[in-house]
Amino acid sequence: MSGYRLPAGGLIDRKAPVRLLWDGEGYTGFSGDNLASALVANGVSLFGRSFKYHRPRGLLGMGAEEPNALVTIDRGPGRVTPNLRAPALPVYEGMAATSQNRYPSLKYDLGEVNNSLSTFLPAGFYNKTFMWPRAAWEKLYEPAIRRMAGLGESPKASDPDHYEAVYAHCEVLVIGAGPAGIEAAITAAKADPAARVVLIDEQEEIGGGALSDPDLWDWLKAAYDDISALPNLQVLPRTTGIAYLHDNYVAAAERLTDHLPISEATGPRERLWRFRAGEVILAQGAIERPLVFDGNDTPGVMLASAGRTLALRYGVAPGRAVAVVATHDSGWTDAIAIAKAGVNVTTIIDARATVSADLLAAARAQGITVMTAHSVIGVKGRLEVTAVETASTAGSISSTIPADCLLMAGGWTPTLHLWSHSKGTMKWDDAWGAYLPDQPFENTRVVGAGAGDWSFGSGETFAALPTPRPAHKLKAFVDFQNDVTAKDIRLAVREGFRSIEHIKRYTTNGMATDQGKTSNINGLQIASESLSKPVTAVGLTTFRPPYTPTTFGTLSGHHKGALFQPVRKSVIDPWATAHGAVFENVSQWRRARYFPQGTEDMHAAVNRECRAVRASVGIFDASTLGKIEVVGPDAAEFLNRMYTNPWKALEPGRCRYGLLLGEDGFIRDDGVSARLAPDRFHLTTTTGGAARVLNMMEDYLQTEWADLDVWLTSTTEQWAVIALQGPKAREVIAPLVDGIDLSPEAFPHMALREGTICGVPTRLFRVSFTGELGFEINVPAEHGRMVWEAIWQAGQPHHITPYGTETMHVLRAEKGYIIVGQDTDGTLTPYDAGLAWAVGKKKKDFVGKRSLDRPDMVAPGRKQLVGLLTEDPNVVLEEGAQIVANPAQAIPMTMLGHVTSSYWSEALGRSIAIAMVAGGHDRMGQTLHIPMPDATHRVTVTGTVFLDPKGSRLDV
Amino acid sequence: MLLIHCPYCDATRPELEFTYGGQAHIARPLDPSALTDAEWENFLYIRSNPRGRHRERWRHTHGCGRFFNAVRDTVTDRFAATYRTGETGPSDADLGGAQ
Repeated sequence: MSGYRLPAGGLIDRKAPVRLLWDGEGYTGFSGDNLASALVANGVSLFGRSFKYHRPRGLLGMGAEEPNALVTIDRGPGRVTPNLRAPALPVYEGMAATSQNRYPSLKYDLGEVNNSLSTFLPAGFYNKTFMWPRAAWEKLYEPAIRRMAGLGESPKASDPDHYEAVYAHCEVLVIGAGPAGIEAAITAAKADPAARVVLIDEQEEIGGGALSDPDLWDWLKAAYDDISALPNLQVLPRTTGIAYLHDNYVAAAERLTDHLPISEATGPRERLWRFRAGEVILAQGAIERPLVFDGNDTPGVMLASAGRTLALRYGVAPGRAVAVVATHDSGWTDAIAIAKAGVNVTTIIDARATVSADLLAAARAQGITVMTAHSVIGVKGRLEVTAVETASTAGSISSTIPADCLLMAGGWTPTLHLWSHSKGTMKWDDAWGAYLPDQPFENTRVVGAGAGDWSFGSGETFAALPTPRPAHKLKAFVDFQNDVTAKDIRLAVREGFRSIEHIKRYTTNGMATDQGKTSNINGLQIASESLSKPVTAVGLTTFRPPYTPTTFGTLSGHHKGALFQPVRKSVIDPWATAHGAVFENVSQWRRARYFPQGTEDMHAAVNRECRAVRASVGIFDASTLGKIEVVGPDAAEFLNRMYTNPWKALEPGRCRYGLLLGEDGFIRDDGVSARLAPDRFHLTTTTGGAARVLNMMEDYLQTEWADLDVWLTSTTEQWAVIALQGPKAREVIAPLVDGIDLSPEAFPHMALREGTICGVPTRLFRVSFTGELGFEINVPAEHGRMVWEAIWQAGQPHHITPYGTETMHVLRAEKGYIIVGQDTDGTLTPYDAGLAWAVGKKKKDFVGKRSLDRPDMVAPGRKQLVGLLTEDPNVVLEEGAQIVANPAQAIPMTMLGHVTSSYWSEALGRSIAIAMVAGGHDRMGQTLHIPMPDATHRVTVTGTVFLDPKGSRLDV
Repeated sequence: MLLIHCPYCDATRPELEFTYGGQAHIARPLDPSALTDAEWENFLYIRSNPRGRHRERWRHTHGCGRFFNAVRDTVTDRFAATYRTGETGPSDADLGGAQ
C-alpha cells in the first residue's frame, strides 16, 4: 500500500463518488479523477507487466507520455478497447478496466520468467536467434513469439459505434490549452473580433500545467471568464491534435462519449476535425524526462511532475514515504509543493554538486533531508518500491533509504511532434538538454514551454546516473514500453549501428505507442556518449502522425460497410435481385453473375444459361458498358488518331470494333462503336475502363490536339443496354420495335439503327459478344426497366433465359473474343492478341503506332494469345496457372506464360482455355504442360476460336 | 492535404479534387514515324526527376476537368505557380533564381 487520498485539496468533486472495477475488484474514486489517480488513491501501485520481460510496472507519468499503465476498457460487446493509458481515462460510474499482458494475474504472472532469461533476450535478440532448425520456425517459434508479444488483446467483434468527421476553417488554431495556449488564444480572439479562433486540448478540461499549480488557479478562473466573453473563440477539450499536414491542415480527434457512463453514451463516439487554419499556434508544452538508473522501472518510481499532479490536482499522495531524485530544479519545486500539501517527502537526492540555496532552505523547511552530489544506484522492492539505494557521485556507497515512492526529475523535453510533422526544423539547446524549435515551414509558431519559453529552473544533463556498480549487471530503463535498457543502446553501438535511425530500429527505442515521449532524448544521450559524438552529430528521429494512438473508426468515419465504396447499380438491378441473381463486383458496379434456379450451384446455372442462349435466346444487362458521345466536325479525325482502326470511311449506321493502345503500343481498352452521323459517334469502352478512356481522350484533346473541333460527353449512365442474344433474338423484339426494318438484308451484323421500342427512342445495335444472332438495345436509362420487362414477357414463348457475367464470359471465350484486362495484362500488342486485323494498315499515325515498330515489339518469342485444350477434356485449368514446355526440368522452371481464361464449355462438351504463351502463334498443335500441386496437365495449343470459326451462326 | 490553385477556376482547392498528370511540356511528336527508336524511347519513358522545381501537369478531375501546368518543388511540395495549358509559365529566373 503506498498511495492514498489526501484529506483535502485537488480539483476532484469529493461529493460525487464514482465506483469502478479494476481487474474485477471494486474501487471508489471521485468525479474528476482519472483511472490512474483513482487507483493510486486506493493504494494500487501495480498497473501492468512490461512488454518483453513482464516486469511489474506502475504509473510513470500522468499525461500522454505514460508508457506502462496500459489497460483495457470494456464498454460492452464490440466496445472493448485495449492499450489505453490509465491517466488519460476519466472515471465514470461503472467503469470496467483490466490490466494486460499477464497470466494468470497481474500479481502472479507466469511471463515473469522472461525477466530471468533477460540475458538471452536483449534488444534485437530475434534477429540472432530462433533460426534453427528451420522447420521449427513455422510450427513452434513463430506461434510462441506471437502469443508472447503484444500488450493488449485485439478486439474480436466489429465496432458498433459510429464516428463523425467535420471540416472547419479558422484564422487561428491553437493546439494546447495550458497557460501559454490560453493566453495566445485570448490574445488572437481579442485582436480581431472577426477572426475565428479555435483552442483545442487533449485533456478533459483546459488549463494544462496550471491545473497542477494551485497558485495559478485564480488566473485560470479569470481566463475562463475571458474566454466566455469572446464569441469568436471556440474551445474544444478532449480534442487531440494528431497530425499537422500540408498547408496548415490539422487533423484532431475529439472524444465525445468515452468519458460518460455507458447508459448515457449516445451519438457518435468520436469526431474527426479537419482544420484548415490561417495560422497554427503550437502550445503543447514539455514533458519531463525520467532518470536512467538501475531499477528505475519499479512500481512506485514515477516522474516528479506525476507526483505533483497526483497531489495537487487530484488530492492523492503518491506514497507514504516519498523520496525524490533530481538533476533539475523542478524536482525540488515539485517536492516542496507536495510536502506543503501534506505529502511525507523524506529525502531529495540530487546528482548535481550545487543546488540553489533558496531551494535547499525551502526543502529543509519542510523537513526534507537533502543529499546533493549523490546518485540513486538501485531500487529495492519488486512489486513496489521498498527502499532506495544511494551513493555519492564520487562512487562511495552511502545509504539505503526506506521509501514506497521515488519521484524522478531528469529535466524537460519540449513537445515538438506536430512542429516536426509540419517540417519545422529544430536546434539543440544545451541548457534544456533537448531540441527546441528553430525555423517554421508552415505558417506556425510555438509558444510556451514548447519553445523553451518557460522556467522550470535550471538543471544538468546526465545520460545515465553515475553508479559504481558494473554496467552489465544493471537494468536501467530508457524506453519503458518497449523494455529497452541503457545496456541495449550501448550494445547497438558496439554492434556497429551509428545512425540514430538504425539504433532506434535495432533496439526499438522510441517505437512504442508513446513514440518516445519519455525515451527519445535519454536514448539519444546514451547513444551519443557511446559513440563519443555530440548529440547534434547523432541526430534525432522523425516524428510521424498520429501524436497519440487514434481509433481506426475516427479515421474512417462513415466510410465503412455500405458506405465504404459507392455501389453503382444499373436500372435493371432490382429485377435481377427479384429473380434471385447472385452478384459480383466489377469495378464499382454490382453486376448479376448468374441466376440460379432451385438448388443449382454456379456451374449448373451457368451451363443451363449457356445452353439456353445458343438454343433459343438469353437476355443480359450490359448497361455498365462505358459510353462516350463523340461529336463535332473533327469527330472521325479524332477517333482515327486515338484508335488503331480506320474510322473516316465508316458509314453512318455502321459499327466497328475499336482497339485502343497506349503510346507504348500495348492494348489499353476495346469496344464496339457506331457512327450515327458524319459528326457523331456512339463510342463504347469496357465497364472498368470508361473513366480511364475518357480521361485519356481529354488529355489528348486538351493538351495535344486543341485545334480539333470535337467534344466528348460521358453517357455511361444515360443509356440502359439490354443485350438479347440467341437464334430467336429477332423474333423476340420484332413486335416491340417500330421504325426499324429488322430483316437481315436491311439490318446486317455490326450495324446501328435508330427508332423506337415500346414507344421509347432506341439506338438498336446489331452486335454479338456470344457468336449468336444478337442485339444490344440502348434506351434512355429511365426506360430501361420497362423495356427489359417487355422483352422478358415477349420472350416467354421462346423460353427466354436471363444470364449473368459468368455465362457472358464463357460464351465469348468459345468464340475467342478477348476481355481486356483478363486476357491482356498491359504487355500485349494487337499482334500478340491476334488482332492485327483491327490495325489500319494505311493509317499514317495513331496513338501507339510508332511503338509497334520497336525491335522489342516485333522480336520472336513474345507472349501471344492462344487456345489450350486439355488432354483430359474434363479438366478445367485454373486461371493464372503457369505453362512450361518440359515438366521434368529443375525448379525454377522456365515459364512460357499463363492461363488467362478457363471455362467448362457446354457447347463443346469439354473444357476450353485461353492463354498467353511465348511464341504462341508458332506453337499450334504442340503439347505443353501445366504443373499444379496435385497433378501436371497436358494441353494442346490451338487457335482461340473454339466454336463456329466461320461465324455462320452470326449470319442469320 | 495540399492546396492547389486551378488557373481555370481561379480557385484554390484541396488536392483531393485533382489528379497528377506527369511531367509537363512534353509535346507529342508531329511525325512519330520520323523518330529513331532512341528518340521515341526518350519521348515515351525518359523523364526528369529533379530534386527541386518540377514542371508538371495536374487535372482538376473533380472540378472543371481541365488539364493545367504547375511548378512544384519536389522537396517541399510547395507550388510556385500554376498556369494554363499552352502557356509557358514562369522561368526559374522569374521565380527567383536557378534550381
